[in-house]
Amino acid sequence: MTDPGLKDIWVYLSASPLLGLTMTLVAYGLAYRLYLRTRSNPLANPVVTSVVMLIGVLVLTGTPYNDYFEGGQFVHFLLGPATVALAVPLYQQFTRLRQLWLPVTISLVCGVTIAAGSSIGLAWLLGGSTEIQMSLAPKSATAPVAMGISEKIGGLPSLTAVLVVITGITGAVLGTKLFEWIRVTDDTARGIAMGVAAHGIGTARAFQVSPQMGAFSGLAMALSAFATALLVPWLVDLMQFLVSQSSSS
Amino acid sequence: MNFLNGITLLLVYQLVGEVTVRLLDVPIPGPVLGMVMLFVTLLIRGQAPESVDQASSALLSHLSLLFVPAGVGMMVHFDRIAEEWVPITLALLLSTIITMVATALIMQLTSRWLVGARQGKEPDGD
Repeated sequence: MTDPGLKDIWVYLSASPLLGLTMTLVAYGLAYRLYLRTRSNPLANPVVTSVVMLIGVLVLTGTPYNDYFEGGQFVHFLLGPATVALAVPLYQQFTRLRQLWLPVTISLVCGVTIAAGSSIGLAWLLGGSTEIQMSLAPKSATAPVAMGISEKIGGLPSLTAVLVVITGITGAVLGTKLFEWIRVTDDTARGIAMGVAAHGIGTARAFQVSPQMGAFSGLAMALSAFATALLVPWLVDLMQFLVSQSSSS
Repeated sequence: MNFLNGITLLLVYQLVGEVTVRLLDVPIPGPVLGMVMLFVTLLIRGQAPESVDQASSALLSHLSLLFVPAGVGMMVHFDRIAEEWVPITLALLLSTIITMVATALIMQLTSRWLVGARQGKEPDGD
């Protein structure tokens, strides 16, 4: 980079959101093509491949995350309207939902409690710090919800955002295989489980399996965002109370 | 124009959701409340307008893309994750598997018990 012209261009690009935004879309485009090439193999999940590519480029060029996010935020912002947009598939599945409201409610409450309880419990058993336990607790909820809850209960919101994405990827990659093993064949049950455990990334995967699984996954993701916001702070208090009781006696 | 109307409507619902959440100080995120309000609106109207349908499928068909910038944020937390990688990876992996398996089984069993028994009959129009 001895050429002053090139250097000027780099200075311009690294300060402008254009580069981060374009990089995100190009990386995702490549990752998506790879995903189609592998005949939608869940292991080639486009989120994984594009995140790996982007981190690689940023680390190699020594670009800080904040500079990248100047552009990345435009894509990130769309998570908000996308959450609102889930009302549409939900509405389209309304008749099916009305038949199933009781099982859906039971599964959601159990699922959300298991998701938060097991991640706090396991992290605690494995010697994770309180901060890590609290950052993990809301990991199955969609990113904006999880970050808000994490902040509330004493976790690190930005770490939670990352854990949410890793959780979603784990669910999307393992989901269909797991359902085969436990012989759950019903698309409504699979969709609900996917949405509760793996939020939007799981929902994206579910829509590829079938529209019905996608709609129920979207429904579960939306409702479990509600349930997580209401139940998890309370569950954390309860677990901390139990731990303090057992350690003081 | 249709698409633009749709996306505008989604943003209006998100905005109303965000404002309501802040005014009432409820622990639910604005977009989630916006989604509930849009859902109720669609129920009352009895149909989803073409424009909202278009905007919604456009956003939802590439839902994975929207998580990419947050995922790249992993690079900021490398050190923290490296420090406690055993509890983080194991708790995350096992808890996700447990949640998924348990929820799927609970949903399958409860829908068989509670709804399955009625499915053989004619729909009773309730």
